[in-house]
Amino acid sequence: MGRAVGANVRRKDGDAKVTGAAKYIDDISFPGMIFGATIRSTIPHGEIAARHVKLPGGFVVADYHDIPGKNYVALIDPDQPCLAEHIVRHVAEPILLVGHADRPRLIGLEQQVSFEYLERAPIYDPEASDTCFKRISIDKGDLDRGFAEADVVFEGEYRTGHQEQLYIETNGVIAVPGDEQMTVYGSLQCPYYVHKALVVLLGLPPGRVRVVQTETGGGFGGKEEYPSMLACHAAILARKAGRPVKMIYDRVEDLLATTKRHPSIIRHRTGVTRGGRITAMDVEVVMDGGAYATLSAVVLSRGVIHASGPYRCDHIRIRGRAMLTHTPPNGAFRGFGAPQTQFGIEAHMDRLADEIGIDPVKLRELNALKPGDTTATGQTLGKDASALPVLREAVRRSGFREKRRKWRGTTRGIGLSLFFHGSGFTGGGEVKLASKASLELTARGARILVASTEIGQGTRTMHAQIVADALGVPFDDIDVHEVDTDFVPDSGPTVASRTCTIVGKLLERCARDMRKRLGRLSPADYFKKHGSFTVTSQYEPPPNLLWDDEGYKGDAYGSYAWGCNVVELEVDPATFEVRPINVTAVAEIGKAIHPMMAEGQIEGGTAQGLGYALIEEVVMRDGRMANAQLTNYIIPTPLDAAPMKVVMLERPYAYGPFGAKGVGEMPIDGPAPAVINALRHCGYDVRSIPATPERLMNAPRQKAEGKRQKAG
Amino acid sequence: MIAIINGKRRKLDVHPMKRLLDVLREDCGLTGTKEGCGEGECGACTVLVDGVAVDSCLVPAAQADGCAIVTIEGVARARSGRALQDAFVKLGGAQCGICTPGMIVAALPLKAGASLDEIKTALAGNLCRCTGYLSIFRSVQAGLRPSREALRPTRKTRVKGKRANAR
Ligand code: FES
Ligand code: FES
Repeated sequence: MGRAVGANVRRKDGDAKVTGAAKYIDDISFPGMIFGATIRSTIPHGEIAARHVKLPGGFVVADYHDIPGKNYVALIDPDQPCLAEHIVRHVAEPILLVGHADRPRLIGLEQQVSFEYLERAPIYDPEASDTCFKRISIDKGDLDRGFAEADVVFEGEYRTGHQEQLYIETNGVIAVPGDEQMTVYGSLQCPYYVHKALVVLLGLPPGRVRVVQTETGGGFGGKEEYPSMLACHAAILARKAGRPVKMIYDRVEDLLATTKRHPSIIRHRTGVTRGGRITAMDVEVVMDGGAYATLSAVVLSRGVIHASGPYRCDHIRIRGRAMLTHTPPNGAFRGFGAPQTQFGIEAHMDRLADEIGIDPVKLRELNALKPGDTTATGQTLGKDASALPVLREAVRRSGFREKRRKWRGTTRGIGLSLFFHGSGFTGGGEVKLASKASLELTARGARILVASTEIGQGTRTMHAQIVADALGVPFDDIDVHEVDTDFVPDSGPTVASRTCTIVGKLLERCARDMRKRLGRLSPADYFKKHGSFTVTSQYEPPPNLLWDDEGYKGDAYGSYAWGCNVVELEVDPATFEVRPINVTAVAEIGKAIHPMMAEGQIEGGTAQGLGYALIEEVVMRDGRMANAQLTNYIIPTPLDAAPMKVVMLERPYAYGPFGAKGVGEMPIDGPAPAVINALRHCGYDVRSIPATPERLMNAPRQKAEGKRQKAG
Repeated sequence: MIAIINGKRRKLDVHPMKRLLDVLREDCGLTGTKEGCGEGECGACTVLVDGVAVDSCLVPAAQADGCAIVTIEGVARARSGRALQDAFVKLGGAQCGICTPGMIVAALPLKAGASLDEIKTALAGNLCRCTGYLSIFRSVQAGLRPSREALRPTRKTRVKGKRANAR
């Protein structure tokens, strides 16, 4: 039939969202519900010596003693307590929970609840830390040989700051207690992560815990792990109060306490021939994990795998480490380590081009990964490797070469970045997850049962398109079940650009199986005759996909999406303010199931990337975010929106649904290095982001690029 | 306070300093208006007060006394409102949707055929983290296109100058 895939069908969630009918967590109430608040540490590191709690009647108070199961947030390492017992490792660490029926009574409790501490010395510099959460090494070829082949060896250090996800809906949940059971409703990305955390915390059998996602006002990774913490808190209070408890963070608390993008330090030492062929890459990646392990190990993993960029090189060494500091834990944020490391390599590439006197496009063309080449982990790329096509398309569409020439020596600059992004969990992750998806026959068509959440990116619509076409029924005849762990199977988390390419593929298989069973009957006719049935499919890796987790070798991802950004900008020489004036974003994503929504992902992700590059700065003072308000943590506004040309290329991935790869994260990998390279074109040597006016003012100035050309 | 909310006269017994946002959400059950920051920075709480877009998180109930208020639940009463809503669905102006009510309400006072600059100015106080704004601009442009000249301005849609300085 093929009518829905590739068409801009009407979003399933659209009408509820534009009329105000969609119910987000704060729009929901339960009879007898009270409100909860969290009392947090005010120091970065130390021992809790005394607790002073003087609250009148009417308050429900809970601390770690009220946890019936285990006191940690179950994710990867069991190191992060749900409520601190004796030691606190960061400012805003949760210690005590307070509930009250009257919401305003929970404001300003500092007078009645306070702690005494024995302070310990905090560490803020990840390189000075003696606690390492995770170390990863990637080795390919023989580094010494690679450097021996080089004519020039060139080094550089690049730094990236924190970034806040800044979903416009803050974190929030409601816990509803029952008899030896608990239900949590909330704004979240990964219902089964929350489910697992609650089972461990409450010591209940899995069947007695239920998690329901409510309409979610943005996630970007920020609602990947933190909702587990918040759900645990609400559940503890609800259990103690015997009443439903609603906990919604205000913006300040959300900024102070929840996860952000890992700051990083990236160092490159690169061997290159005079002709521009890269012969050796030595890369060091340091990530600031914050106070607890959370997802740092996997963020680092994706980071190091992308650290050598979309380039071919036979001799590579990458060393990565994620370190403890006494700041709130850093965690998942769209891109998940790759934006940091690809900022490093892409800023380095332009400096390298400059060093050997070669055009930055040419340098990339010479080294870009092509079909049949191998990546840093030794993965041989298939026909859909698209670094060169996206590069050429972006250069052509943006008029890069001409503007590069014309603007030299002016306040305008143009820069580009080339990048890629692996779709799905890294390495053996998908095999371990063993995700499931189900499809149920209905009187009209079919109903999708997955744990993948709609967080704005269009999950429900895109999944329904895939099923409609694979089953051969109209799009409108496909329903999507609410994400409720009592009904939907564990399809894995809604992260890692996996919702379309992995879960979508499972649904495509379900639909094809269902079609077989229906024979020549329509779903309606079959339903009338035989009633409903459900088909389920479970993840199986594509054939020949091999990964060695010990040696960090093999097929890191089933597929990669490819991107190239060109940013044109203008610098105000008096205020050092930078205004992007035009952006070209080319993305090769296999197949755009819903072209308009895919474009929306690219536009939105690129805008977030421009914010990351230029204005979004988390100021940490004594381990505390000093600008924890929307007034001074600034994100792009409508007035900052630069015109953008989005071009999508499609080179189908053989094992993706209708050829689709992942699209959600990649757009944020490219803007920051393209901005920095455009600034370099204007003569500003900036090597860390955000490139705020202050940084720009203090940046070394260089003559227009090209002047330091050496004889090639 | 007495106010005309989405065309209906309501008498509400609330504290004069209660935020209009809470009055609407808690006392009127109109939860379509959202809170994103509570400090006048994000515009998720935008409503029209006597035709002017304001951040309802910064307006005390007393200040809205005697006014005509339009929330997202009331915008479909105007044909232009329905057109805007439809355009936001069709053109990808709504992704996660949390900013959408504020965006649509803030766009409502715009004239048909408003320029891109006028649209940007009208939405300047509304943040969206999902879209990068471009699809929102396209949605507003398309939503304003249907011949609104033919539409007699009603009390609720009459344009009263620019965005209020309540922020
Ligand atoms: S809630 Fe953000 S401006 Fe009112
Ligand atoms: S659509 Fe999500 S914040 Fe605008």
